[in-house]
Amino acid sequence: MTIAGAWYLGLAAVLFSIGALGLLIRRNVLVMFMCVELMLNAANLTFVTFARMMNDIGGQVLVFFVLVVAAAEVVVGLGIVVAIFRRRANATADDLHLMKG
Amino acid sequence: MAHLTYLIVLLPLVGFAVQVLLGRRLGDPQAGVVGTIFVAASFVVSVMVFFGLLHINAPVRSYTQTLWTFLPVGGLHVNAAFYVDPLSMTMVLFITGISTLIHLYSISYMKGDRDYPKFFLYMNLFVASMLILVLGSNMLMTFIGWEGVGACSYWLISFWFTRDSAASAGKKAFIYNRVGDVGFLLAMFLTFEKVGSLNYQTVFSHLSEIGPGNITAITLLLFLGAAGKSAQLPLFPWLADAMEGPTPVSALIHAATMVTAGVYLMCRVNPLLHASPDAAFTVAIIGAATAFVAATIACAQSDIKKVLAFSTVSQLGYMFLAVGTGAYEAAIFLMVAHAFFKGLLFLGAGSVIHGLHDEQDLKRMGNLRRYVKLTFWTFTVGWLAIAGVPPLSGFWAKGDVLDAAWARHPALWVVGIVTALLTAYYMSRLSGLAFFGKDRWNKAPIDPDDPGVHASGAITKPHESPWLMRIPLIVLAILAFFGGVLSFPWTTHYSLLKWVDPVFGANLYNAHESTRLQWELATTDAVIAVIGVVIALTLWSRRADRPQLEPTFLRRWWFIDALFDFLFSRSGARLAQFSATVVEDGIIDGAVNGVGTLVRRTGGVVRKAQSGYVRNYALAIVLGVVAVLAFMLSRLWW
Amino acid sequence: MVTLLHGAIIAPLAATHASWTDIGTFAVAAAIVLAGAIGVVIARNPVHAALMLVMTLFGVAVLFVLQRADFLAAVQVIVYAGAIVVLFLFVIMFLGVDKTESVKVEPLRGQRPLAAGLVALGLAGVLILGLVSHWTTGKASVAGAANGPGSNVFKLGRSVFTTYLFPFEVTSALLVIAVVGAVVLARRPPTTGSDGPDAIGASGAIDATGETVDAAGDISDPTTETIDEEVAP
Repeated sequence: MTIAGAWYLGLAAVLFSIGALGLLIRRNVLVMFMCVELMLNAANLTFVTFARMMNDIGGQVLVFFVLVVAAAEVVVGLGIVVAIFRRRANATADDLHLMKG
Repeated sequence: MAHLTYLIVLLPLVGFAVQVLLGRRLGDPQAGVVGTIFVAASFVVSVMVFFGLLHINAPVRSYTQTLWTFLPVGGLHVNAAFYVDPLSMTMVLFITGISTLIHLYSISYMKGDRDYPKFFLYMNLFVASMLILVLGSNMLMTFIGWEGVGACSYWLISFWFTRDSAASAGKKAFIYNRVGDVGFLLAMFLTFEKVGSLNYQTVFSHLSEIGPGNITAITLLLFLGAAGKSAQLPLFPWLADAMEGPTPVSALIHAATMVTAGVYLMCRVNPLLHASPDAAFTVAIIGAATAFVAATIACAQSDIKKVLAFSTVSQLGYMFLAVGTGAYEAAIFLMVAHAFFKGLLFLGAGSVIHGLHDEQDLKRMGNLRRYVKLTFWTFTVGWLAIAGVPPLSGFWAKGDVLDAAWARHPALWVVGIVTALLTAYYMSRLSGLAFFGKDRWNKAPIDPDDPGVHASGAITKPHESPWLMRIPLIVLAILAFFGGVLSFPWTTHYSLLKWVDPVFGANLYNAHESTRLQWELATTDAVIAVIGVVIALTLWSRRADRPQLEPTFLRRWWFIDALFDFLFSRSGARLAQFSATVVEDGIIDGAVNGVGTLVRRTGGVVRKAQSGYVRNYALAIVLGVVAVLAFMLSRLWW
Repeated sequence: MVTLLHGAIIAPLAATHASWTDIGTFAVAAAIVLAGAIGVVIARNPVHAALMLVMTLFGVAVLFVLQRADFLAAVQVIVYAGAIVVLFLFVIMFLGVDKTESVKVEPLRGQRPLAAGLVALGLAGVLILGLVSHWTTGKASVAGAANGPGSNVFKLGRSVFTTYLFPFEVTSALLVIAVVGAVVLARRPPTTGSDGPDAIGASGAIDATGETVDAAGDISDPTTETIDEEVAP
């Protein structure tokens, strides 16, 4: 009747790993942030899949909340990015290495 | 009266405390007077306790005063207790008596010294420790006194510690004593292990339960301690160097009291000696050997105090010879008589030194009998007494010892009689050089390389000592002259020292010699003594320079001291050097610092993981995720 | 291995009798999602990356619809693609970070190979676990049925406003806080001429009123200088 849940889960796993790879490789702060959004989306997809597989609306409720929190997180995160990188336009994530041992 | 025993010890201790607190304020000469008063008071109390003891009517007169429990630990129960019996009272009487005389003498002798109060402080502490030693009712109390006198000896020998030789002499004395103390400690351990108590009476009553091997071991270990304290072979070099201390110290500690502690200890443990004939014979042999060796060394010394020091070692050897043959009463007789005449000789020597402004070299004295008359006459009494010329005390005392030696083994007697000849010889040599002949003290200054003790510059006319120094000389001279009454050999009833016999009971050796033999031996003694005196006076009263009679072998103490220096001092110093550099700096410091260095280096390496880059940290998180997944996978396949 | 693949791919397809419409939609949506994701990672220009992200989000929305989560699909498009990505673009334009970074060079040693390796390992681990172990072993329908008749919005709304009311309220509070925080963070100090990230000095104390932060505006100046030094490589 419908596609088996395993396919969706596999797709979500691949999406998540692509997002993780991007986070590790890219230096531009905003692109790194976008990769985080990719990972969040993979998680959302997983939740909705499980909601269908287990016939539980709770999965969708959780996606709802994840969406809200992701939005809030983006807001605050970009605020910080603006605060730090206001001066220098081409600053990358590698320029913040004050905590070097 | 006997219950006042604790006062005997307490009074000098109080004197010590008073002088610690107030000594410097009392000053010269009040501090000395205070010290003398406390010791004199102790003597008075001793006399009272002595009479109290006499009133006890028992075959073995004794009285134990237990003050408190000193050491209640597990199976060991040691009391702070004093044991009063004829042996300890004899010791106490002559210790306190002679100490009083010497304290009196020191008031004047030490006058003008920078550390005047300190001297009397140490002397009082010494007297207190010595009294604890002789009055102790168990081995631990004796040992406490033993250590106390050792410590005071160290302090008093190095009293003028700004002089290198004095400081070293103090150390040397203490270390030699310590070697002996190891023996004492081991004896105590062994005794406790076998008997379970350190109390003398308890140990003696359980003797049959300990095997003979153990008894011999304990006795020999105790003798090792006694050898250290009483300067027997081979632990005698310290006594000669101990002459660096002030002369009253030499008189009190190194003639009359501390060095007799070893003899006292051996007398106290006479049941052990009786139960172990081998140990007793060893003691006798070592005593005889020491007497002979020391007498030969004394024949070649130039320092007046060193002659007397070796004379002390020799006489102590006689005492141990008597102890080893079982003639305890003879040993004690000689001990008391020796205290009289050796104390007299030392004080007289001190008087001479004082009169010559600190000159101690015999070769720079001469003809002093014209200038210091009283000193000369009292010194003569002492000299003749120790030589064994009748009817002075030394003749009787030494006679008793030699009689017992003859009965035990003729070889011992031969050694004894030869030593007696040598004794007469070297003492007469000393007197001849010092009091007879021509004036040598006003000659030109001496060779600056001479290591002896000398006055600074030429000496003006020698002067007699102050009266405070003369009184003890007179008292001791009287005692030395008439001391023979303590134990005349033919009157068993009126002999004063016979009261000591019950302490030894059956252990006391009774010679049972025929009267004829006794007369023969006595005559031999007298003749030998006179011969020695005459020979020496002939040789030495005119001429002071006879190098053939002073071979290097004797002058260097049979090279025994040099041998010890080579064997122990050098290697000890090298070991200390090794420990300080290789062990301390290299190993110990290296290990400690190494730990710190290791931590630092590890931190330096681990620090590189903190790169500061967020992406590196994210990578670490991914690594963690992979690890968790791996774990989950591994769970599937197990 | 062959049996595994057979069990994973062919059998489910044959067993579930999925219609070809569904399969086709899934395949296209999956392709869009993956393409967009890879595009985000690879794009040099951040604006391109943002657009790729939008593509991915649309694909995910389609997948949501496929799974009967209609409301969430709508919300995904409106909130995520419509608001969040717009916000991203806003900031990109504002800060001028649209300059391309060189993706060829990697200053951190060993970062790329290690990242690729670890991520591949992780993905492999997850997929193997998914193939081999048991899924969905929990209790079904704890919060209410998801499939079955009835409007999805109704079911979702009922659940949110009854069972999960408290988290809902907390989330709204969280949104308010986020907004306030963003406002405070992004302010410029009005008094002094030097514009600077006073936010760093102020972020420690998020005051409701802006007055105290203004008065302490001079504090920000030295911090401004130090932050500059810190930020400089």
